[in-house]
Amino acid sequence: MDVFIGLLTIFVLAMFVGFEVITKIPPILHTPLMSGSNAISGITIIGAILSAGTKLTMLTTVLSFLAVVLAMANVVGGFLITHRMLRMFRTKGRA
Amino acid sequence: MNPAVVQLAYLFSCILFIAGFMQLSRPKTAKRGNLLGASGMLLAIVVTLLDKQIVSFEIILVGLLVGTALGIFTALTTPMTAMPQMVGLLNGFGGAASALVAGAALFEILSLGNPLTLQFRIATAASSLIGTLTLFGSLVAAGKLQGLIKESPIRYKGEQCIKLLVLFVCLFLGSMLTTRPDTLWAYWALLGVSALLGVLLTAPIGGADMPVVICLMNSYSGLAGAATGFVLSNTALIIAGSLVGASGIILTQIMCKAMNRSLANVLLGGFGELKEDTALAGTIYAGRVKSTDPEEVAMLLEAASRVVLAPGYGLAVAQAQYAVRDLYNYLTSLGVEVDFAIHPVAGRMPGHMSVLLAEVDIPYEKLKEIDEINPEFEQVDVAIVVGANDVVNPLANTDPNSPIAGMPILEVYKAKTVVVIKRSLSPGFAGVPNPLFAYDNTLMLFADAKQALQAVLASLKELKA
Repeated sequence: MDVFIGLLTIFVLAMFVGFEVITKIPPILHTPLMSGSNAISGITIIGAILSAGTKLTMLTTVLSFLAVVLAMANVVGGFLITHRMLRMFRTKGRA
Repeated sequence: MNPAVVQLAYLFSCILFIAGFMQLSRPKTAKRGNLLGASGMLLAIVVTLLDKQIVSFEIILVGLLVGTALGIFTALTTPMTAMPQMVGLLNGFGGAASALVAGAALFEILSLGNPLTLQFRIATAASSLIGTLTLFGSLVAAGKLQGLIKESPIRYKGEQCIKLLVLFVCLFLGSMLTTRPDTLWAYWALLGVSALLGVLLTAPIGGADMPVVICLMNSYSGLAGAATGFVLSNTALIIAGSLVGASGIILTQIMCKAMNRSLANVLLGGFGELKEDTALAGTIYAGRVKSTDPEEVAMLLEAASRVVLAPGYGLAVAQAQYAVRDLYNYLTSLGVEVDFAIHPVAGRMPGHMSVLLAEVDIPYEKLKEIDEINPEFEQVDVAIVVGANDVVNPLANTDPNSPIAGMPILEVYKAKTVVVIKRSLSPGFAGVPNPLFAYDNTLMLFADAKQALQAVLASLKELKA
């Protein structure tokens, strides 16, 4: 139970940090924000790696293998696409 | 590796994520912000690979390689115009991965014969529900945006009851999984019913409301990750997941506010299935709509010193961003001040117009938000509306009974002359006629956006030659 309360505290505080930080992002950057935050939601990759590495049963291995593939595609695709978009945002000086 | 070191590395990753988001608040530093986020992720992955719990690497490496290849391929081959469905699809991937990880953890503990804590069970149920819902909701949304599924709302009798019923079944199965750990069938059933719920929730939502759906799915993909964090008692997952969850919630709120509708109104529908009020359209338009041609628009532009373009989804559909850029460059070279008026819900995802215009090298200082540009329209000589309709409809300000009443609009009608480039007088997504088209200072240029802009530019060059 103690562990749970600790994790819950982290969860609630992180939500507040998220609200504070994200509110400051201007509308013109909302698409990169979405694809970038999308990539970060691929953090579930670390759970997938741990699970795939234990190789416990066939079922867990299949599930976690799929999870590694999807999460990694999410991470790599998300960051790369965001980078591609942000590279296009130019100011007047260097068109 | 020492568990404390791993935990500290995860903490550092989370700091990089937050710092990345902070840098994302300005176009100048945004690229660095994204790189910070990516390095945080790399650190988290590397540290995890060093964990001693891992006994075999083959599966992991194959998975990482396949995933990386898939990610690189999609990121590099997707055109900017297909960005909304791409972002939607990636949301779905994240959600699905979280649900799978939770499932794998459940079967792991069961096969080891370890006891399941209440936290573990609730979190597994939550992660499976939200993750699967995200995957299938995103698939439907991406399908609609790609044109694979009918974009208009799919509605049927008793829709709300069915959605509610399916939601209850989901919650029931979730509680089965929570209270009776031996009910493994409940896990599989939960996946199936959550998938159904994801489809049922998104199918009735029409194209122009997609920005809200994509934001919501973005939020869910984060929350699914956070739920998986509770499954594994992993702080990195919880923090990163809740950051993304918060980000999606904020974007959802912004989108709803920009349409002056509640989230419930968007989700439960009510828009898009409306038939156009033809009688009203008749009285509004009758004999008052003035049609124009590219030559006349060119003459107007030649005499103008301040021009504002108001783009909408039609710009993306017609792939007219390059034509817009050419006209912008030419007008700027003539010394005309050209700005872009960007409505928050123009397009199919938040920031859609900004990305399209950035792709063709329009400097971002030229993209003006609604509050910034509205007071300036009175000084504008020519306002050109390209493929936008509801976001410039003055009914939102004047008719309190209109479905779009109270929605903040771009007040293009205040400009000396308004040119609307549109194929016909057909209504926008909200299904209401637009009195702007019949205003005294409005000229309608009935044509495809790309061809019209190219023709205007050609005429303008002729005038100057």
